Amino acid sequence: MAEEKRKRMAIIASKGSLDMAYPPLILASTAGAMDVEVTIFFTLYGVDIINKHKYGSLKVAPIANPAMPSPIPMPNIIGMLPGMTALGTQMMKGMIKKINWPTIPELIEACREVDVKMIACTPTLEMTGLTKDDLVDGVTVGGAAEFLNFALDANVSLFI
Amino acid sequence: MEADKTIDCKGLNCPMPVIKTKKALNEMQPGQILKMEATDKGSKSDITAFANRTGNELLEVKEEGGTFIFYLKKK
Repeated sequence: MAEEKRKRMAIIASKGSLDMAYPPLILASTAGAMDVEVTIFFTLYGVDIINKHKYGSLKVAPIANPAMPSPIPMPNIIGMLPGMTALGTQMMKGMIKKINWPTIPELIEACREVDVKMIACTPTLEMTGLTKDDLVDGVTVGGAAEFLNFALDANVSLFI
Repeated sequence: MEADKTIDCKGLNCPMPVIKTKKALNEMQPGQILKMEATDKGSKSDITAFANRTGNELLEVKEEGGTFIFYLKKK
């Protein structure tokens, strides 16, 4: 509120599938709009969410995902067939569009507009051969200690 | 109520009404009134929480045929 110390939220985003990219970005952009100071630490597959070559085409896999809606009832193992991930992704994108939800790039933009701090994990970049040039604008590169320095004073901490 | 600015968030889902409201307020002067219209069923509690946390005052909320109309006074 007014003049008291700003609330803080610290998020670790560790997953790179389309469904798992939404929760950290929605919470971060909303918190930012509510004057909360937010840091998202993107690690492991979570780095895909801020990889500019990938963030527009994240996917969701039907295999081993029993919650995924299916137009016709079928055994989950069918999800291993070629093309099923593309089909599942297309379906989910259709549902997202139907409710007028923002895309991942649009949500990243919303995060930037409310000054969400986005940090890409250095070992993950090393491991995958990515550099800062592969990441969307506004992302910085850092390690666990930098994130913890912020998270130790956070009111909300989430691992997603 | 007279509004200095009106934004239309009808058809948008969480979190967009909150984010667009914040953006609109950022471009306004303290004391000015923002009118925001939304159809998101969660927007009533979301905007109330937003107003509470940010100190922008929620002056009035009304519902007209499935549309929520909010009046917020910029802090």
